[in-house]
Amino acid sequence: MPKTKSSQKPVEELTYEESLAELEQIVEALEGEQNPLEEAMKLYERGQALVAHCGALLESAQLKVQKLAGESLVEFEEESE
Amino acid sequence: MQPSLFPETLTVSQLTFRIRKLLEDDPQLQDVWVTGEISNLSRPASGHIYFTLKDKNASLRCVMWKTDVLRTRPTLQEGAAVEAHGKIVVYEPQGQYQLVASLIQAKGEGALFQEFLRLKAMLEAEGLFDPERKRPIPELPRRIGIVTSSTGAALRDMLNTIRRRLPLAEVILAPSPVQGAEAPPALVNAIQFLNTQLPNYQLPDVILLARGGGSIEDLWAFNDERVVRAVAASQVPIISGVGHETDFTLCDFAADLRAPTPTAAAELATQITLDDLQLQVTNYQSRLFDLISNLLADHRALTSSLAARLKYVSPERLIQSEFQRLDELSRRALSAVTHRIQLQFASVDGMSKRLDALNPAGILSRGYAIVTRKEDGKVVARVSDARGEMNVRVSDGEFEVNRKS
Repeated sequence: MPKTKSSQKPVEELTYEESLAELEQIVEALEGEQNPLEEAMKLYERGQALVAHCGALLESAQLKVQKLAGESLVEFEEESE
Repeated sequence: MQPSLFPETLTVSQLTFRIRKLLEDDPQLQDVWVTGEISNLSRPASGHIYFTLKDKNASLRCVMWKTDVLRTRPTLQEGAAVEAHGKIVVYEPQGQYQLVASLIQAKGEGALFQEFLRLKAMLEAEGLFDPERKRPIPELPRRIGIVTSSTGAALRDMLNTIRRRLPLAEVILAPSPVQGAEAPPALVNAIQFLNTQLPNYQLPDVILLARGGGSIEDLWAFNDERVVRAVAASQVPIISGVGHETDFTLCDFAADLRAPTPTAAAELATQITLDDLQLQVTNYQSRLFDLISNLLADHRALTSSLAARLKYVSPERLIQSEFQRLDELSRRALSAVTHRIQLQFASVDGMSKRLDALNPAGILSRGYAIVTRKEDGKVVARVSDARGEMNVRVSDGEFEVNRKS
Protein backbone atom coordinates (compact mmCIF):
# COMPACT_ATOMS: atom_id res chain seq x y z
CA MET A 1 0.00 0.00 0.00
CA PRO A 2 1.33 3.48 -0.74
CA LYS A 3 2.51 5.60 2.11
CA THR A 4 0.39 8.59 1.14
CA LYS A 5 -2.06 8.38 3.96
CA SER A 6 -0.14 11.39 5.30
CA SER A 7 -3.17 13.41 6.20
CA GLN A 8 -6.24 12.52 4.20
CA LYS A 9 -7.56 15.79 5.48
CA PRO A 10 -9.99 17.35 3.03
CA VAL A 11 -7.91 18.95 0.30
CA GLU A 12 -9.38 22.40 0.95
CA GLU A 13 -7.93 22.42 4.46
CA LEU A 14 -4.36 21.82 3.33
CA THR A 15 -1.76 24.55 3.06
CA TYR A 16 0.11 24.95 -0.18
CA GLU A 17 3.19 23.22 1.21
CA GLU A 18 1.16 20.28 2.52
CA SER A 19 -0.69 19.97 -0.78
CA LEU A 20 2.50 20.02 -2.81
CA ALA A 21 4.21 17.50 -0.53
CA GLU A 22 1.28 15.11 -0.78
CA LEU A 23 1.06 15.62 -4.53
CA GLU A 24 4.72 14.69 -4.79
CA GLN A 25 4.12 11.56 -2.71
CA ILE A 26 1.20 10.54 -4.88
CA VAL A 27 3.16 10.95 -8.08
CA GLU A 28 5.99 8.92 -6.60
CA ALA A 29 3.60 6.25 -5.35
CA LEU A 30 2.04 5.96 -8.80
CA GLU A 31 5.45 5.86 -10.41
CA GLY A 32 6.96 3.42 -7.99
CA GLU A 33 4.63 0.75 -6.79
CA GLN A 34 2.16 -1.49 -8.47
CA ASN A 35 -1.02 -0.23 -6.94
CA PRO A 36 -4.31 -1.99 -7.33
CA LEU A 37 -6.23 -0.10 -9.98
CA GLU A 38 -8.90 1.05 -7.59
CA GLU A 39 -6.24 2.40 -5.24
CA ALA A 40 -4.46 4.05 -8.17
CA MET A 41 -7.67 5.72 -9.31
CA LYS A 42 -8.23 7.05 -5.80
CA LEU A 43 -4.68 8.37 -5.70
CA TYR A 44 -5.14 9.96 -9.09
CA GLU A 45 -8.36 11.66 -8.08
CA ARG A 46 -6.75 12.94 -4.92
CA GLY A 47 -3.79 14.12 -6.97
CA GLN A 48 -6.08 15.97 -9.36
CA ALA A 49 -7.81 17.64 -6.44
CA LEU A 50 -4.43 18.64 -5.01
CA VAL A 51 -3.34 20.08 -8.35
CA ALA A 52 -6.50 22.15 -8.51
CA HIS A 53 -6.08 23.25 -4.91
CA CYS A 54 -2.43 24.25 -5.43
CA GLY A 55 -3.36 26.13 -8.60
CA ALA A 56 -6.15 27.97 -6.83
CA LEU A 57 -3.92 28.88 -3.90
CA LEU A 58 -1.23 30.20 -6.22
CA GLU A 59 -3.80 32.03 -8.30
CA SER A 60 -5.35 33.78 -5.35
CA ALA A 61 -2.24 34.31 -3.23
CA GLN A 62 -2.27 37.69 -1.55
CA LEU A 63 0.76 38.79 0.41
CA LYS A 64 -0.10 38.77 4.08
CA VAL A 65 1.85 41.29 6.10
CA GLN A 66 1.74 41.24 9.87
CA LYS A 67 3.50 43.50 12.27
CA LEU A 68 4.95 42.67 15.63
CA ALA A 69 3.32 44.89 18.21
CA GLY A 70 4.55 44.14 21.66
CA GLU A 71 4.17 40.39 21.96
CA SER A 72 1.46 39.99 19.41
CA LEU A 73 1.01 40.18 15.68
CA VAL A 74 -1.33 42.66 14.06
CA GLU A 75 -2.28 43.23 10.45
CA PHE A 76 0.07 45.76 8.91
CA GLU A 77 -1.60 48.54 7.00
CA GLU A 78 0.57 49.74 4.18
CA GLU A 79 0.43 53.38 3.33
CA SER A 80 -0.89 53.72 -0.13
CA GLU A 81 1.04 56.03 -2.32
CA MET B 1 73.31 96.41 1.28
CA GLN B 2 74.32 94.75 -1.91
CA PRO B 3 72.71 91.50 -2.67
CA SER B 4 76.02 89.77 -2.08
CA LEU B 5 74.32 87.50 0.37
CA PHE B 6 72.43 86.09 -2.56
CA PRO B 7 74.82 84.45 -4.89
CA GLU B 8 72.31 84.31 -7.65
CA THR B 9 69.01 85.84 -8.61
CA LEU B 10 66.28 83.27 -9.24
CA THR B 11 63.78 83.47 -12.00
CA VAL B 12 60.14 83.27 -11.02
CA SER B 13 60.05 79.82 -12.49
CA GLN B 14 63.07 78.74 -10.51
CA LEU B 15 61.62 80.09 -7.29
CA THR B 16 58.26 78.57 -7.95
CA PHE B 17 59.88 75.26 -8.79
CA ARG B 18 61.81 75.41 -5.53
CA ILE B 19 58.66 76.08 -3.53
CA ARG B 20 56.98 73.28 -5.41
CA LYS B 21 59.84 70.91 -4.55
CA LEU B 22 59.60 71.97 -0.90
CA LEU B 23 55.90 71.23 -0.72
CA GLU B 24 55.82 68.17 -2.88
CA ASP B 25 58.76 66.50 -1.12
CA ASP B 26 56.98 66.80 2.23
CA PRO B 27 55.44 63.37 2.78
CA GLN B 28 52.84 64.73 5.19
CA LEU B 29 51.59 67.23 2.63
CA GLN B 30 51.35 64.46 0.06
CA ASP B 31 48.98 62.39 2.19
CA VAL B 32 46.94 64.83 4.18
CA TRP B 33 43.46 65.13 5.58
CA VAL B 34 42.13 68.66 5.82
CA THR B 35 38.81 69.84 7.11
CA GLY B 36 36.86 72.94 6.28
CA GLU B 37 33.75 74.33 4.66
CA ILE B 38 33.16 74.24 0.96
CA SER B 39 32.84 77.50 -0.93
CA ASN B 40 33.15 78.69 -4.54
CA LEU B 41 32.05 75.25 -5.69
CA SER B 42 32.36 74.93 -9.45
CA ARG B 43 31.61 71.90 -11.61
CA PRO B 44 32.55 72.74 -15.20
CA ALA B 45 31.78 70.50 -18.13
CA SER B 46 35.26 69.00 -17.97
CA GLY B 47 34.05 66.88 -15.05
CA HIS B 48 36.70 68.20 -12.67
CA ILE B 49 35.45 69.90 -9.52
CA TYR B 50 36.93 73.14 -8.20
CA PHE B 51 36.22 74.59 -4.78
CA THR B 52 37.76 76.36 -1.85
CA LEU B 53 37.99 74.96 1.66
CA LYS B 54 37.65 77.61 4.32
CA ASP B 55 37.68 77.99 8.02
CA LYS B 56 37.57 81.17 10.06
CA ASN B 57 41.06 82.28 9.27
CA ALA B 58 42.23 80.69 6.08
CA SER B 59 41.24 79.25 2.77
CA LEU B 60 42.66 76.53 0.53
CA ARG B 61 42.06 76.11 -3.15
CA CYS B 62 41.07 72.57 -4.04
CA VAL B 63 40.48 70.50 -7.13
CA MET B 64 39.21 67.00 -7.63
CA TRP B 65 40.01 65.46 -10.99
CA LYS B 66 37.31 63.80 -13.02
CA THR B 67 38.63 60.27 -12.47
CA ASP B 68 38.36 60.67 -8.70
CA VAL B 69 34.98 62.32 -9.05
CA LEU B 70 33.71 59.34 -10.99
CA ARG B 71 35.33 56.87 -8.64
CA THR B 72 34.14 58.34 -5.32
CA ARG B 73 31.06 60.33 -6.36
CA PRO B 74 31.29 62.83 -3.52
CA THR B 75 28.20 64.71 -2.46
CA LEU B 76 29.31 68.32 -2.27
CA GLN B 77 27.31 71.34 -1.23
CA GLU B 78 28.24 74.94 -0.78
CA GLY B 79 28.89 75.56 2.91
CA ALA B 80 29.10 71.88 3.84
CA ALA B 81 31.68 70.86 6.38
CA VAL B 82 33.83 68.19 4.85
CA GLU B 83 37.03 66.32 5.26
CA ALA B 84 39.17 66.08 2.16
CA HIS B 85 42.06 63.77 1.59
CA GLY B 86 44.74 64.43 -0.99
CA LYS B 87 48.08 66.03 -1.71
CA ILE B 88 49.34 69.59 -1.92
CA VAL B 89 50.62 70.65 -5.30
CA VAL B 90 51.74 73.92 -6.80
CA TYR B 91 50.07 75.27 -9.88
CA GLU B 92 52.99 77.12 -11.37
CA PRO B 93 51.29 79.39 -13.94
CA GLN B 94 49.26 81.03 -11.16
CA GLY B 95 51.85 80.67 -8.43
CA GLN B 96 49.28 78.96 -6.30
CA TYR B 97 49.39 75.93 -4.16
CA GLN B 98 46.27 73.79 -3.96
CA LEU B 99 44.94 70.54 -2.67
CA VAL B 100 44.32 67.80 -5.21
CA ALA B 101 41.63 65.86 -3.41
CA SER B 102 41.20 62.13 -3.94
CA LEU B 103 38.39 61.67 -1.41
CA ILE B 104 35.91 64.08 0.07
CA GLN B 105 33.50 63.08 2.78
CA ALA B 106 31.23 64.74 5.26
CA LYS B 107 33.00 65.86 8.37
CA GLY B 108 33.29 63.15 10.98
CA GLU B 109 33.30 60.40 8.44
CA GLY B 110 37.02 59.93 8.78
CA ALA B 111 36.74 59.17 12.47
CA LEU B 112 33.76 56.95 11.80
CA PHE B 113 35.72 55.07 9.21
CA GLN B 114 38.55 54.49 11.69
CA GLU B 115 36.00 53.18 14.19
CA PHE B 116 34.52 50.99 11.47
CA LEU B 117 37.92 49.46 10.72
CA ARG B 118 38.68 48.91 14.41
CA LEU B 119 35.35 47.16 15.06
CA LYS B 120 35.62 45.16 11.88
CA ALA B 121 39.06 43.89 12.81
CA MET B 122 37.90 43.02 16.31
CA LEU B 123 34.75 41.16 15.28
CA GLU B 124 36.59 39.46 12.47
CA ALA B 125 39.18 38.21 14.95
CA GLU B 126 36.36 36.85 17.06
CA GLY B 127 35.21 34.85 14.06
CA LEU B 128 31.84 36.55 13.69
CA PHE B 129 32.34 36.93 9.95
CA ASP B 130 33.66 33.42 9.28
CA PRO B 131 32.29 31.88 6.11
CA GLU B 132 31.58 28.63 8.02
CA ARG B 133 29.06 30.52 10.11
CA LYS B 134 26.93 31.39 7.09
CA ARG B 135 23.76 29.40 6.92
CA PRO B 136 22.03 28.58 3.67
CA ILE B 137 19.11 30.78 2.71
CA PRO B 138 15.92 28.75 2.20
CA GLU B 139 14.81 28.75 -1.41
CA LEU B 140 11.12 28.82 -0.64
CA PRO B 141 10.46 30.59 2.64
CA ARG B 142 7.03 30.35 4.11
CA ARG B 143 7.54 33.29 6.44
CA ILE B 144 9.82 36.22 5.85
CA GLY B 145 10.77 38.44 8.76
CA ILE B 146 11.60 42.04 7.97
CA VAL B 147 13.51 44.39 10.23
CA THR B 148 13.34 47.94 8.93
CA SER B 149 11.55 51.21 9.40
CA SER B 150 7.81 50.82 8.92
CA THR B 151 7.69 54.10 7.02
CA GLY B 152 10.69 53.84 4.72
CA ALA B 153 10.83 53.27 0.98
CA ALA B 154 12.92 50.18 1.70
CA LEU B 155 9.90 48.42 3.24
CA ARG B 156 7.70 49.35 0.32
CA ASP B 157 10.30 48.10 -2.16
CA MET B 158 10.70 44.81 -0.31
CA LEU B 159 6.96 44.20 0.06
CA ASN B 160 6.41 44.98 -3.61
CA THR B 161 9.19 42.60 -4.59
CA ILE B 162 7.86 39.80 -2.41
CA ARG B 163 4.31 40.44 -3.57
CA ARG B 164 5.42 40.23 -7.17
CA ARG B 165 7.62 37.15 -6.77
CA LEU B 166 6.08 35.10 -3.99
CA PRO B 167 2.75 36.39 -2.64
CA LEU B 168 2.32 32.99 -1.00
CA ALA B 169 4.81 33.99 1.67
CA GLU B 170 3.81 35.61 4.93
CA VAL B 171 5.66 38.70 6.02
CA ILE B 172 6.27 39.44 9.67
CA LEU B 173 7.44 42.97 10.12
CA ALA B 174 9.44 43.90 13.20
CA PRO B 175 9.55 47.65 12.81
CA SER B 176 12.53 49.56 14.12
CA PRO B 177 14.04 52.97 13.63
CA VAL B 178 17.04 52.59 11.35
CA GLN B 179 19.04 55.68 12.24
CA GLY B 180 19.79 57.74 15.28
CA ALA B 181 20.80 56.78 18.78
CA GLU B 182 17.66 54.74 19.42
CA ALA B 183 18.19 52.63 16.31
CA PRO B 184 20.81 50.11 17.51
CA PRO B 185 18.93 48.83 20.59
CA ALA B 186 15.67 48.82 18.63
CA LEU B 187 17.26 46.84 15.78
CA VAL B 188 18.68 44.35 18.30
CA ASN B 189 15.23 44.00 19.85
CA ALA B 190 13.57 43.46 16.51
CA ILE B 191 16.07 40.77 15.49
CA GLN B 192 15.67 39.02 18.84
CA PHE B 193 11.89 39.28 18.68
CA LEU B 194 11.83 37.54 15.33
CA ASN B 195 14.00 34.82 16.87
CA THR B 196 11.66 34.26 19.79
CA GLN B 197 9.10 31.51 19.61
CA LEU B 198 5.83 33.14 20.61
CA PRO B 199 2.63 31.18 21.13
CA ASN B 200 0.86 32.79 18.19
CA TYR B 201 3.54 32.67 15.54
CA GLN B 202 6.31 30.47 14.30
CA LEU B 203 9.83 31.59 13.53
CA PRO B 204 10.31 33.08 10.09
CA ASP B 205 12.46 31.09 7.68
CA VAL B 206 14.59 34.08 6.80
CA ILE B 207 15.00 37.66 8.04
CA LEU B 208 15.64 40.70 5.87
CA LEU B 209 17.57 43.42 7.66
CA ALA B 210 17.32 46.45 5.47
CA ARG B 211 17.52 50.17 5.06
CA GLY B 212 17.50 52.48 2.08
CA GLY B 213 20.48 54.51 1.01
CA GLY B 214 21.96 57.35 3.02
CA SER B 215 25.16 58.88 4.24
CA ILE B 216 27.61 56.87 6.27
CA GLU B 217 26.19 58.45 9.44
CA ASP B 218 22.69 57.46 8.36
CA LEU B 219 23.81 53.86 7.96
CA TRP B 220 25.87 53.88 11.12
CA ALA B 221 23.42 51.89 13.23
CA PHE B 222 24.26 48.92 11.01
CA ASN B 223 27.88 49.19 12.11
CA ASP B 224 26.92 49.19 15.78
CA GLU B 225 28.60 46.39 17.65
CA ARG B 226 25.37 45.37 19.41
CA VAL B 227 23.49 45.08 16.13
CA VAL B 228 26.30 43.18 14.45
CA ARG B 229 26.40 40.71 17.35
CA ALA B 230 22.61 40.28 17.23
CA VAL B 231 22.85 39.51 13.50
CA ALA B 232 25.59 36.94 14.12
CA ALA B 233 23.60 35.38 16.97
CA SER B 234 20.34 35.11 15.02
CA GLN B 235 19.06 31.58 14.79
CA VAL B 236 17.15 32.50 11.65
CA PRO B 237 19.32 33.19 8.58
CA ILE B 238 19.61 36.90 7.84
CA ILE B 239 19.98 38.68 4.53
CA SER B 240 21.25 42.23 4.87
CA GLY B 241 20.33 44.87 2.35
CA VAL B 242 21.57 48.19 3.64
CA GLY B 243 22.05 51.28 1.51
CA HIS B 244 23.33 51.01 -2.03
CA GLU B 245 25.62 48.67 -3.94
CA THR B 246 28.73 50.56 -2.75
CA ASP B 247 27.81 50.68 0.93
CA PHE B 248 29.26 47.99 3.14
CA THR B 249 28.27 47.77 6.79
CA LEU B 250 29.46 45.38 9.47
CA CYS B 251 26.00 43.83 9.45
CA ASP B 252 26.71 42.85 5.85
CA PHE B 253 29.74 40.90 7.02
CA ALA B 254 27.87 39.24 9.87
CA ALA B 255 24.77 38.40 7.83
CA ASP B 256 24.40 35.04 6.15
CA LEU B 257 24.01 36.76 2.82
CA ARG B 258 24.66 40.35 1.77
CA ALA B 259 22.37 41.99 -0.75
CA PRO B 260 23.35 45.28 -2.37
CA THR B 261 19.92 46.86 -1.77
CA PRO B 262 16.66 46.13 0.10
CA THR B 263 15.00 45.10 -3.18
CA ALA B 264 17.85 42.72 -3.93
CA ALA B 265 17.52 41.29 -0.41
CA ALA B 266 13.85 40.56 -1.07
CA GLU B 267 14.78 38.92 -4.37
CA LEU B 268 17.43 36.74 -2.73
CA ALA B 269 14.86 35.67 -0.15
CA THR B 270 12.45 34.55 -2.88
CA GLN B 271 14.62 32.41 -5.11
CA ILE B 272 11.66 30.26 -6.07
CA THR B 273 8.91 32.46 -7.45
CA LEU B 274 5.20 32.03 -7.99
CA ASP B 275 5.92 31.31 -11.67
CA ASP B 276 8.26 28.48 -10.70
CA LEU B 277 5.61 27.03 -8.41
CA GLN B 278 2.93 27.24 -11.07
CA LEU B 279 5.22 25.44 -13.48
CA GLN B 280 5.92 22.81 -10.86
CA VAL B 281 2.22 22.17 -10.31
CA THR B 282 1.66 21.96 -14.06
CA ASN B 283 4.47 19.44 -14.31
CA TYR B 284 3.00 17.34 -11.54
CA GLN B 285 -0.35 17.52 -13.25
CA SER B 286 0.98 16.21 -16.54
CA ARG B 287 3.02 13.50 -14.81
CA LEU B 288 -0.07 12.46 -12.91
CA PHE B 289 -2.07 12.37 -16.12
CA ASP B 290 0.59 10.35 -17.96
CA LEU B 291 0.88 7.92 -15.10
CA ILE B 292 -2.80 7.23 -14.81
CA SER B 293 -3.19 7.02 -18.60
CA ASN B 294 -0.41 4.44 -18.78
CA LEU B 295 -1.84 2.55 -15.85
CA LEU B 296 -5.28 2.47 -17.43
CA ALA B 297 -3.83 1.41 -20.77
CA ASP B 298 -1.94 -1.41 -19.03
CA HIS B 299 -5.03 -2.55 -17.27
CA ARG B 300 -7.07 -2.37 -20.46
CA ALA B 301 -4.49 -4.51 -22.28
CA LEU B 302 -4.42 -6.95 -19.41
CA THR B 303 -8.20 -7.14 -19.34
CA SER B 304 -8.51 -7.85 -23.04
CA SER B 305 -5.81 -10.50 -22.95
CA LEU B 306 -7.56 -12.14 -20.03
CA ALA B 307 -10.84 -11.91 -21.89
CA ALA B 308 -9.30 -13.76 -24.81
CA ARG B 309 -7.93 -16.46 -22.53
CA LEU B 310 -11.22 -16.71 -20.73
CA LYS B 311 -13.05 -17.16 -23.99
CA TYR B 312 -10.71 -20.00 -24.88
CA VAL B 313 -11.34 -21.88 -21.67
CA SER B 314 -14.98 -20.93 -21.47
CA PRO B 315 -17.62 -23.74 -20.96
CA GLU B 316 -19.35 -22.46 -24.05
CA ARG B 317 -17.35 -24.83 -26.21
CA LEU B 318 -18.18 -27.63 -23.84
CA ILE B 319 -21.82 -26.72 -23.94
CA GLN B 320 -21.80 -26.73 -27.72
CA SER B 321 -20.26 -30.15 -27.84
CA GLU B 322 -22.75 -31.33 -25.26
CA PHE B 323 -25.51 -30.03 -27.45
CA GLN B 324 -24.09 -31.92 -30.32
CA ARG B 325 -23.99 -35.10 -28.32
CA LEU B 326 -27.51 -34.52 -27.19
CA ASP B 327 -28.67 -34.00 -30.76
CA GLU B 328 -26.95 -37.18 -31.72
CA LEU B 329 -28.53 -39.11 -28.90
CA SER B 330 -31.92 -37.76 -29.62
CA ARG B 331 -31.61 -38.70 -33.27
CA ARG B 332 -30.56 -42.18 -32.30
CA ALA B 333 -33.38 -42.43 -29.81
CA LEU B 334 -35.87 -41.42 -32.43
CA SER B 335 -34.70 -43.88 -34.97
CA ALA B 336 -34.62 -46.63 -32.36
CA VAL B 337 -38.17 -45.91 -31.38
CA THR B 338 -39.32 -45.75 -34.98
CA HIS B 339 -37.78 -49.11 -35.65
CA ARG B 340 -39.44 -50.65 -32.63
CA ILE B 341 -42.80 -49.33 -33.70
CA GLN B 342 -42.35 -50.66 -37.18
CA LEU B 343 -41.47 -54.04 -35.70
CA GLN B 344 -44.56 -53.89 -33.58
CA PHE B 345 -46.60 -52.99 -36.59
CA ALA B 346 -45.17 -55.98 -38.45
CA SER B 347 -45.84 -58.22 -35.52
CA VAL B 348 -49.40 -57.01 -35.16
CA ASP B 349 -49.89 -57.53 -38.83
CA GLY B 350 -48.72 -61.12 -38.56
CA MET B 351 -50.96 -61.77 -35.59
CA SER B 352 -53.86 -60.31 -37.43
CA LYS B 353 -53.19 -62.61 -40.34
CA ARG B 354 -52.92 -65.54 -38.01
CA LEU B 355 -56.05 -64.43 -36.28
CA ASP B 356 -57.83 -64.20 -39.58
CA ALA B 357 -56.76 -67.71 -40.30
CA LEU B 358 -58.32 -68.82 -37.05
CA ASN B 359 -61.66 -67.09 -37.74
CA PRO B 360 -64.26 -69.86 -38.08
CA ALA B 361 -66.05 -67.79 -40.65
CA GLY B 362 -62.98 -68.10 -42.80
CA ILE B 363 -63.12 -71.88 -42.55
CA LEU B 364 -66.81 -71.90 -43.52
CA SER B 365 -65.97 -70.00 -46.68
CA ARG B 366 -63.61 -72.72 -47.69
CA GLY B 367 -66.62 -75.14 -47.61
CA TYR B 368 -66.57 -76.32 -44.04
CA ALA B 369 -69.81 -76.21 -41.97
CA ILE B 370 -70.65 -76.10 -38.31
CA VAL B 371 -73.40 -78.48 -37.32
CA THR B 372 -75.25 -78.10 -34.09
CA ARG B 373 -77.99 -80.27 -32.60
CA LYS B 374 -81.22 -78.50 -32.39
CA GLU B 375 -82.25 -80.10 -29.15
CA ASP B 376 -79.32 -79.04 -27.02
CA GLY B 377 -77.24 -76.78 -29.32
CA LYS B 378 -74.21 -79.05 -29.02
CA VAL B 379 -71.71 -78.99 -31.83
CA VAL B 380 -71.71 -82.18 -33.74
CA ALA B 381 -68.04 -83.08 -33.92
CA ARG B 382 -68.51 -86.96 -34.28
CA VAL B 383 -70.80 -89.10 -36.16
CA SER B 384 -72.16 -90.36 -32.85
CA ASP B 385 -73.21 -86.84 -31.97
CA ALA B 386 -75.36 -86.52 -35.04
CA ARG B 387 -79.03 -87.24 -34.37
CA GLY B 388 -82.41 -85.57 -34.75
CA GLU B 389 -82.79 -82.19 -36.18
CA MET B 390 -79.63 -80.17 -36.58
CA ASN B 391 -78.61 -76.76 -37.82
CA VAL B 392 -75.95 -76.54 -40.43
CA ARG B 393 -74.07 -73.27 -40.62
CA VAL B 394 -72.21 -72.38 -43.77
CA SER B 395 -70.48 -69.24 -44.92
CA ASP B 396 -73.57 -67.35 -45.95
CA GLY B 397 -76.27 -68.76 -43.64
CA GLU B 398 -77.90 -71.84 -42.04
CA PHE B 399 -80.13 -74.63 -43.00
CA GLU B 400 -81.73 -77.53 -41.18
CA VAL B 401 -81.11 -81.13 -41.63
CA ASN B 402 -82.69 -84.26 -40.16
CA ARG B 403 -80.75 -87.45 -39.67
CA LYS B 404 -82.64 -90.49 -40.37
CA SER B 405 -81.66 -93.04 -37.94
